[in-house]
Amino acid sequence: MSENEKDKKTTIIPIGPYHPLQEEPEFFELHVEGEKVIKLDITLGYNHRGIEKMAESMHYDQVAFLVERVCGICSASHPFAYVNAVEDLADIVIPDRAKYIRSIIGELERLHSHLLWLGLAGHFLGYNTVWMWAWKYREPVLDICERITGNRNHYAMFKIGGVRKDILNADIAGIWKMCDELIKPLEMFRGAVMDDPVIHARTKGVGILTKQEAIDWCLLGPTVRASGVAIDVRRDDPYAAYNMVDWKVIVTENGDVFDKAMVRILEMLESVKIIKGCLEGLKKTKEGEIDAKVKSIPAGEGIGRHEAPRGEVFHYVRGDGTNRPARHKIRAPSYMNVPSNQISAIGGTISDAAIVLAAVDPCYCCTERCAVIDTRTKKKILSGEDLVRLSQQRTKDIISGVWKPK
Amino acid sequence: MAKLTMEALTRSIGVFHAACSPCNNCDIEILDVLTPRYDVERFGITLVGSIRHADAMLVTGIPNMKTAEKIKYIYEQMPKPGVVIAVGTCACGGNMFRHSYNFVKPLDEIIPVNMYIPACPPNPEAIIMGVVKLIKALRG
Repeated sequence: MSENEKDKKTTIIPIGPYHPLQEEPEFFELHVEGEKVIKLDITLGYNHRGIEKMAESMHYDQVAFLVERVCGICSASHPFAYVNAVEDLADIVIPDRAKYIRSIIGELERLHSHLLWLGLAGHFLGYNTVWMWAWKYREPVLDICERITGNRNHYAMFKIGGVRKDILNADIAGIWKMCDELIKPLEMFRGAVMDDPVIHARTKGVGILTKQEAIDWCLLGPTVRASGVAIDVRRDDPYAAYNMVDWKVIVTENGDVFDKAMVRILEMLESVKIIKGCLEGLKKTKEGEIDAKVKSIPAGEGIGRHEAPRGEVFHYVRGDGTNRPARHKIRAPSYMNVPSNQISAIGGTISDAAIVLAAVDPCYCCTERCAVIDTRTKKKILSGEDLVRLSQQRTKDIISGVWKPK
Repeated sequence: MAKLTMEALTRSIGVFHAACSPCNNCDIEILDVLTPRYDVERFGITLVGSIRHADAMLVTGIPNMKTAEKIKYIYEQMPKPGVVIAVGTCACGGNMFRHSYNFVKPLDEIIPVNMYIPACPPNPEAIIMGVVKLIKALRG
């Protein structure tokens, strides 16, 4: 059968860009033959805000707030990786107490992000009870965040050389108790996912990524750990307090959606363990020693990594001796994980596509900081015409006084 | 007749969640409002899957090159009378992204906005308060 005839037999189902599947706008094109998915096209770019370019016009301390707004769910991961990068650039050693506090924030974020995913996965399966429960038990995690940082999301805790706010020793007992209360619901979720026949039927053997495929597609985070590849930046390249507390990397073997869920649930229990270890550590250090008091950033290059809930997030910062980065490059884990949908969704049915697409926990907010050009179809998402229009609009805005040049 | 329409509009609101180019946080707080702790479904407020079923449109994020015209298109598809609520500082005025090269113009210059809920991100309580104030204003 020639390529053309093949094309005639397939049906294209467009999903998006505004659809109830995910919160962010993105566009999937499912090519199907009957019920079977044979090809998948993903169009991104609806979320591009030009963050890397903006980072170059802000000074080092402001960028920490900017990268926090790369993504609301990973709002600790990006500043975490960014401060790691700048500290690598300037050879800054931060106090132990700041290390513990950073790890606590990082793990609280993992807890709320994984619970969020679990809820959404339940929702995609049509299992709204799981959605409501997971989000109900996510609230106490946000309460702990609010108690420590003052905000439910966007913590603004990370600062080059330390953290902005201390956890008082008097508060530790309260936070410890709140962490204890999380374990019971987490155990309940583990039991519920392991024993529920409906979840088994919908997720076991669906969207399988083999170990070799996971390595070939350079996948990251829980997506790759569910396929039996044990990589975790927290263990492989320790930073903050991760080598000062006891925990282990969770790995499962099958690579299907069920295993991805299992990895995330077991990781949440590990996160609680890390938080408790860090709280123990806080008691040993002196209150108030949370800042290395950095005065200036020299010229040079630095890289920083953090194991975000979705995988490794990577920041590169180049300084030229001034007070702002000369170049700031971000690579978010979803950038690596989203293309894997092309193998995991193909061959499955349309009804499974939703959960398979969701299984990597895609985060387009993180991913879309660069303009995307599809080389295969030569379709520019931001075309020359758009650029001209953008330029004309800006001129108009300047004339009317809406936009002032910097 | 107008009074009856308003009464019907504000009684049991179907909201459609249109994300312009958000960081996801406002979107999650919106979903949070629907889940057990805040549970606005007890007041009849539900999330609908299509704009054609919606009475209110919750917009988050900055309008960028790709979403600005789509958001206008979505607004045109909404059955009228309908309201637009800008959730979060980004939708209200651009936040720190107003300096970005991909920022087109503020949301309220593209579509009419009835209610602004600033903050980054607004607490679920703030979102509920905003909606309540809007309902009171509409009923007069």
